[in-house]
Amino acid sequence: MNEIKKSVVAVIDYGMGNLHSVAKALEFVADENTQVVVTSDPAVIDAADRVLLPGVGAIRDCIGEMHNTGLVPSIRKAMAEKPFLAICVGIQSLMSHSEENGGVDCLDHFKGNALFFGEKHTDHDGSKLKVPHMGWNQVKQSINHPLWEGIPDNARFYFVHSFYVVPENKNEVAGTCDYGLEFCVALSRDNVFAVQFHPEKSHKDGLQLYKNFIHWDGKPSSANKD
Amino acid sequence: MGLAKRIIPCLDVDNGRVVKGVQFVDIRDAGDPVEVAKRYNEQGADEITFLDITASSDDRATTVHMVEAIASQVFIPLTVGGGIRTCEDIRRMLNAGADKVGINTAAVFNPEFVREAAQRFGSQCIVVAIDAKKVSAEGEADKWEIFTHGGRKPTGLDAVEWAKKMVEYGAGEILLTSMDRDGTKNGFDLGVTRAISEAVHVPVIASGGVGNLDHLVDGVTEGKADAVLAASIFHFGEYSIQQAKERMSDAGIEMRL
Repeated sequence: MNEIKKSVVAVIDYGMGNLHSVAKALEFVADENTQVVVTSDPAVIDAADRVLLPGVGAIRDCIGEMHNTGLVPSIRKAMAEKPFLAICVGIQSLMSHSEENGGVDCLDHFKGNALFFGEKHTDHDGSKLKVPHMGWNQVKQSINHPLWEGIPDNARFYFVHSFYVVPENKNEVAGTCDYGLEFCVALSRDNVFAVQFHPEKSHKDGLQLYKNFIHWDGKPSSANKD
Repeated sequence: MGLAKRIIPCLDVDNGRVVKGVQFVDIRDAGDPVEVAKRYNEQGADEITFLDITASSDDRATTVHMVEAIASQVFIPLTVGGGIRTCEDIRRMLNAGADKVGINTAAVFNPEFVREAAQRFGSQCIVVAIDAKKVSAEGEADKWEIFTHGGRKPTGLDAVEWAKKMVEYGAGEILLTSMDRDGTKNGFDLGVTRAISEAVHVPVIASGGVGNLDHLVDGVTEGKADAVLAASIFHFGEYSIQQAKERMSDAGIEMRL
């Protein structure tokens, strides 16, 4: 009997803890032809059809663990050739540099830096804003993209972060958010998409984004969208 | 446009069932935690807090299974508190699918634990729970103190100073419960909520005393809370999460509707 080969989504496990939520959310929206694998095996990542790079905690540990586990070549290879989604600290790890932990060089896939909101962050009217930026904020979609399919513009997603990315190339910005300042929360170039928020914690719109990712062919824009 | 204030229903769980709360002698059964969590998720809760009030540590395994079951079906943030005393406790809960853990008594007895936990797991998942009681007399300047053991044991620690210290040690969020108000349905202690919220740069969740929807509004507008937590008003169908959000939104508060 011939088994139909399943499409594999690899969730990269580089030792930064809790991947349960990410894997469960992907499984929740996966159809029977999709298999979700949490892995730290370069061979599995290389063979996967699409790759998700999660991230929690501090950037120095994240980048350090990516190097320690020897997964950086597989991450770069995946970013070069297949649908790739980075979330939360994952987006920061794709920048050139982060000012967290006294300054850390990152993977430099997107030119630009991750900056600190600052403990004295204020709103446009001068009132105090809490840091981390924690909770549900609205995401303005800067571009049409297959991963935004079925998600209303300005839908709310769940954020927890104190650093935000500032890409040099504004054409790579796929979404923005306002918290005292307007900042980039989604980046897109070719087959790579990255978001600052947590889709797996963002209820139906977050699940929709994962569903879109599972069906994404890796092309940055859908021809049918106006 | 902007960051929404959050509504967080709290499940006090004893022996695998949601109960009305620790302050009530007459504990009423409010259902299966997984079903209750799913219901709140469908109603639009912004997060869920699961508070394990089981006395015996034998039942921790049950808690882990419940957290796993909730996290597999409910895709909003989940905080688990109650009996978190070691990094191993934290690791177990995060692996089960919790996004944050609440540390309460253990922080009072060993503040270094908060620092260690924040360094190891990141501040974003460390919520320090503070149980405060007003200790100043009528006419004196307001003063609140930290109490442990369900509000029975004073610690001599000033609540505002303690909150600042916990943030310095790495707390990513403060869950503030007024022990004077908990279970009274008379509303939050807005004074201590505001004092702490203005003293720290991390989000503060107001808890204890919610009896109606206006109390939730007051917690944000007067207490300056970033999130409001309530249990019994939601458990027995008095109000739905949606109703609470609409009331807060009508009051001019940014909400996720």
